[in-house]
Order: sequence, then structure tokens, then C-alpha cells
Amino acid sequence: MDFADTPEEASFRAETRVFLDAHLPLKQGARGYRNRTHDAEHAKASQAWQATKAAAGFAGIHWPREYGGRGGSQMESIIFAQEEARYDAPYYLFNQSVGMALPTIMKWGRPDQTEKFARPALYGDDIWCQLFSEPAAGSDLAGLRTRAVRDGDEWVIDGQKIWTSNAHFARFGMLVARTDVSVAKHDGLTAFILDMETPGIEVRRIRQVSGNSNFCEVFLSDVRIPDSDRLAGVGQGWKVSLTMLANERFAVGQAEGPDVEDMIELARTIEIDGKPAIDDPEARARIADWWVKAQGLKFTRLRTQTALSRGRTPGPEASIGKLVSATTAQQMASYGIDLLGQAGTILDPAIAPMNAWFQQAYLYSPGKRISGGTDEILRNIIAERVLGMPAEPRADKGMPFSQIPTSAR
Amino acid sequence: MNFEFSDDVTVMREEVRRLLTERVPPGAVRRLVDAGQPFDRPLWQEIGALGWMGISLPEAFGGSGLDHETLCMLAEEIGRVAASVPFSSSIYLAAEAIALFGSEEQKRTWLPGLASGEVVGTFALAEGNGFSTAEHVRAAVLNGRITGRKLPVWDGLVADLFVVAARDADGDIGLYLVTAQSVIRTPLETIEYGREAAAVVFENGIADRLLAAKGWSAVEKLLDRAAILFAFEAVGGAEAILTMAVDYTTQRFAFGRSIASMQAIKHMLADVYVAIELARSNAYYGAWALAHDAPELTIAAATARLAAIAAYETASAQAIQVHGGMGFTQEVDCHIHYRRAKRLATEIGPRRYWSDRLIAHLPATAG
Repeated sequence: MDFADTPEEASFRAETRVFLDAHLPLKQGARGYRNRTHDAEHAKASQAWQATKAAAGFAGIHWPREYGGRGGSQMESIIFAQEEARYDAPYYLFNQSVGMALPTIMKWGRPDQTEKFARPALYGDDIWCQLFSEPAAGSDLAGLRTRAVRDGDEWVIDGQKIWTSNAHFARFGMLVARTDVSVAKHDGLTAFILDMETPGIEVRRIRQVSGNSNFCEVFLSDVRIPDSDRLAGVGQGWKVSLTMLANERFAVGQAEGPDVEDMIELARTIEIDGKPAIDDPEARARIADWWVKAQGLKFTRLRTQTALSRGRTPGPEASIGKLVSATTAQQMASYGIDLLGQAGTILDPAIAPMNAWFQQAYLYSPGKRISGGTDEILRNIIAERVLGMPAEPRADKGMPFSQIPTSAR
Repeated sequence: MNFEFSDDVTVMREEVRRLLTERVPPGAVRRLVDAGQPFDRPLWQEIGALGWMGISLPEAFGGSGLDHETLCMLAEEIGRVAASVPFSSSIYLAAEAIALFGSEEQKRTWLPGLASGEVVGTFALAEGNGFSTAEHVRAAVLNGRITGRKLPVWDGLVADLFVVAARDADGDIGLYLVTAQSVIRTPLETIEYGREAAAVVFENGIADRLLAAKGWSAVEKLLDRAAILFAFEAVGGAEAILTMAVDYTTQRFAFGRSIASMQAIKHMLADVYVAIELARSNAYYGAWALAHDAPELTIAAATARLAAIAAYETASAQAIQVHGGMGFTQEVDCHIHYRRAKRLATEIGPRRYWSDRLIAHLPATAG
């Protein structure tokens, strides 16, 4: 076992540092407490940085060169992300495009579709969103009800999407809609690329528990999509979705915190009965537990990277990252507030330590246990795909979609 | 970067696993205990002849001189079958103590026997309830003779050689070699099964000091290194018991279906899987630290140990739960892992000791 880069990896790492040093300041102190607002100004900064990276060959590192990528390895993508994390870079808005939609189009689309969408996405000109979840289709995504009806060379879309991150900035959306209600639910879906400027689309921002509005509702009324913007075959929408979701797990990964180092900083700086909180036996036991989990995830990632570096594909075991980090982030946010006593509830960053990071996280962290696969779905995935346990019997198995029971009937 | 066992170790693991699966099939430990055997002597002799005990000991003293990564793999596989052998006491503790702190002559005298398995060693630290902080050590050596009482001493009934933590005339803690001839040992009834422990009384036997072991920090160093090997044993045991639980629940039908299809069972075992993966990854970091004698060894050891104990305890408790009434019998081996998990959780210091050690060694840059 060793942590050393191969000579090629080391030289790539050195190259990324030269690039990053030229463009970004290093993070001040151990960590900056992340700004959670996603306004138009942040979007602009994020797009500008993306364009700089793309021009220098540091965006889409493992994309093919013909689409503006570097033609590098997934390992090189990881190395760049590790290095970039040391710098004060703008918030990344391109998970849905560079991380998810475009790899899916490369796999399922026609070459001219990839040709058309790849570069503008890579350079940050086009922000994308993922139009999958619906009010009545979350974990049971294949139960979605937005209809797509063929009309000559066009499809007419009616329905509603929800929990759509960045829809208010997005130029394009990856849409999955139902094209056939007479077949089993997974077989009646089709994927489309939706131009978000098409008439009939209304985007409403949702106010989250935290007070932020990072995601939206998207209402679709008589929205017309040319058949040339269909992705893959009619009825192949579920397979396309699975590609997108697999990339989502890879792109999203960890929850955003607080992490155990934030917890340690808080426990070292505040006092309980005249002593630093970290000297309190209960605090020590809890922090040790969170540390052990955080380190376990860190080294699990290194095992995944070893697999990548040796040319193997990591399996569904990668889903433990979000499962563990989302839960522990919520626990740490809660405990951080407890440590502060009665003042722990104060959200004013002028009073609450560390820019009110724990208070913000307390309100923000429940979402991470839901988005991108709930804790419960992730446990099902681990049990069924890793441990090989049998699937839960399903009441709608093989049934035509139109016959599936709902709360409405 | 390579954060996996080396190819050589992986190849050797296959051989090791094949042999242990054959020699220690389900029910083997129960038959041994029913026959009143203190440990699996034929297996001990066989793996001694195969060179497992000496795998990471120096070649000059009868070992193979391989790095500790190989020993970590052996620990994991022995833990997987919950073999009744004094491997941990004799190798991770006694042989390691002599290799770390012994003189040339002490090494020459003892390591070849430990490496072949002809000599069984163990470590005598605890002196009853409470944990072994330095203050806890009362055993004393005066003019080369040791007095005191240690309990529990794992594998204390079969050990030929004791490495004993005791105080010298100045009250400083040291490590001493004491042979079995000079001690009085009585069996202890414990929660374990297939591993025995003794209360050992030292009454003026000859105590040969390991001169390089200076003070309590030598004990800590020995425990740090052993913690990583114990962690691998726990990870192996936890993985074995999870496999048993998955197999049993898949075959067990209730309400017209396999109980493994029920989310209450699936989610429980998914959580066990997650705990084991975290423990395995932390144990790998420990293996790296041990093989490279890295400055991070203490923190790696505490992290690996805490993760592994948590995984083994939860895996074995949940395995009994999903086995239902059968899990609560001695007919299936769940109970062996449940007992062993708790012994491993306490043997080289309880959770509190390791949490405190971890927090005390957190890098200043954390937080």
C-alpha cells in the first residue's frame, strides 16, 4: 500500500498546481465556510471560472478531445478536483451538465447531439437541469406522470417537475416523460432534451427549510419539443435515466458539511463550564465517532480511486459516501448547536460562531438525506446490488401504467 | 497510489482462506469447546509449520521478514473463521514486544520458538477492573524478581512465556519476560468461547527486562501496533457474520417470501455493510502506517480500532437478531462472533481509552 502518485499522475498534479496558482487564491485558514446563496452574480463567477478551465483543458478532463475534453483518465479528473479543493474557487454549477447530462448524451445520443451540446456545456455557457422528479414520483421515479404525446415531428409535453436544481439558471433540461401508458411503467418512458426558453415552461423557485431557493418547480403546458431533440429511442427513457442517475451519484458524492474538522474547530474554541468543549468526555466520544466515520469515507474513496487507477469500474459501493456523510452532517449540526447552549439557536452570523455554519447546516442538512437518492433507497441499493438480497415484491410489477393504483383511486 | 493489499498478499490470501475454511468449518469451535480443548492445537501446529506466526518477524530469528501488510491479512482471515488459536497473544503482543524492545540475546532466545509456534507467548497488562492507565499497574519487580497479579490474561493457561508490564524499584513501568514455570495460574470464566483466559499470580519468579521498553509509552506503542492487527481480526469476523446473516435471511421464508426481501432486514444489514466498509478502509490505513512505521501510526491505530470494534459489535448483534431464535442458540456460530466482538472490544483497552488517545493525537490543523 502506498499513497504515492505514479510518475504520470505526479506530473499532471504539478501541472494543475501551476494552472491553479495562476488563477485562484488559496483558501484562507483551514476552511472557508461556504456561502449557500446561489444568485445570478455567483452564477456568473462560476461560469467565468468554468470557461477559464475549459480553455486551458482542465474541464471535462476525461471527456474525449473531439468534444473539447482533455482525453485524460478519471484518475486525472480526481487529481484536479483534489487540487482545486485547496483553492477558493466559485461554487460549481455544472454537476447537472458536465457531470451528468453530457455523459448521458455521449452514451445515448446521436453524434450531432453531442456535437451541439458538449462545448457550450463544457465552457459553462449552458447550465443544465435535470427534469426527473415529480410531485408523485420521487423514489419511485419510474412512476412519473408528465405526458409526451406525438404530434407530427413534434412532441407535446404536459405535466410538472419538481426539486429541479438550477432550473432558474438553466438553458437546457434533461427531461423524462411518459409516452405510453398502456405498458409497464419502466417501458413507457422517453428522454428528451428540452430548451428551457420554449414557450409553455414556467419555473417557480421553492423556498427551502434553510430559506434558500436552490431548486424549483417546473410547470410544462403544451410545451413543444422537436423529435430531433429526443434522446435515444421511444420507450428507452428508463435506461437513459439510469445512466444519468449513476453519473449523479458519481458527481454529487459527499454532503457539504459541517465536516468533522468543523466540529473539532468548534469544540476547541468554545467552553463548557470553563473548559474547552473538546475536554468534555461526551464530546470526545462523539467527535471520535465522527472522525472515525469521516476517515473511513476518505479511505473508502482512496480504495475507489485505486480501482479507477487500475482501470476497473467502481461498483455501487460508492453509494455509502452520501449515506454516511449526510447523516453525520445532520448529527454534527445538531450537536454543534447543543454545545452552544441556549445561544445555539441564534442564526445571526455576527453572534453565532463560525459564520453560523452549524445553524445554517442544521436547516440545510435534512435535504442531503433526501436528494440524489434517499437514505432508504441507498440502503436498498446496498442490500440488493452489493449484498445480493432479493428485491421487495412490488404491487405494480408488470402492470400497465394506466392500471397502477394511486392515492387518487 | 495503491490503497489495496499488494498482489502477492492477495494471492497468498487465497491459500490462507482455503486452508482455514477447511480446518475451521461452521461448528468446529463448538466441537473443540465440547471436547474440553483450550485451543485448536493441531491447527496451531499446522500454521506454525507453514510459517504464519513468523511471517513478519526477522529472518535472523526464524521469521520470514515480510512486512506487516501480510500479517494484517493473516489476522483478517483468522478473525473470519474465529479460529481458536492464541495468534493475537503470541504474535501481535508477545513476539512484537520482544522484536521491538528486546536485546539480541532475548530475540535469539525467544523469537524462533514464537515464530514456529513451539512457544506460546502472551501479554499480561490488566490487573482487574478498570483500564490499564499507567496508574493501574501495581505489579512490581525487585532485584529481578516479580510479584503481582494480572487478570484477565488471554491464553494465560497455555502460554509458555509472559510479557508483563510491571514497575521497577524506582516506580517506572517496564516490560519483563517471565516464564510459565514460575507463575500460578487459574482459569477464569469469561464471556468468550474458544479462547481462554487466566488469572496469573507472579510470586518472585525471575523477570528479564526488555531494556528498550521505557515507561508507559512503550506499552502505548505496543498497543498501538497491536490495535491495527486486532482491527483486521474484527473486520474479518464482522464480514463473516454479515455473510451468514445475508445467507440465512435469503433462505428463510416467512409471510410467503424470503425475509431478506423485507426492508426492515435489508436496511439493518445495509447499515452493517457500511460499518464494515468504513472499518476496512480505516484498517487499510492502519496497515499502511504499520508497514511504513509512519508518524501517523497512533491516530491510524485508534481510528482503525474504533471503527473495527463498532463494526464487529453491530454486525454480530444484528446477525443474532436476524437469525431469530436460532441465533440465540449454540447451534449456529453467531454467538461466537458476538462474544469475540466484546472480547476484542476490551482486550487492549476499551473504547474510552482509544477515543481519548485519538482526540489527544488529532492533528493541530484539524479544526
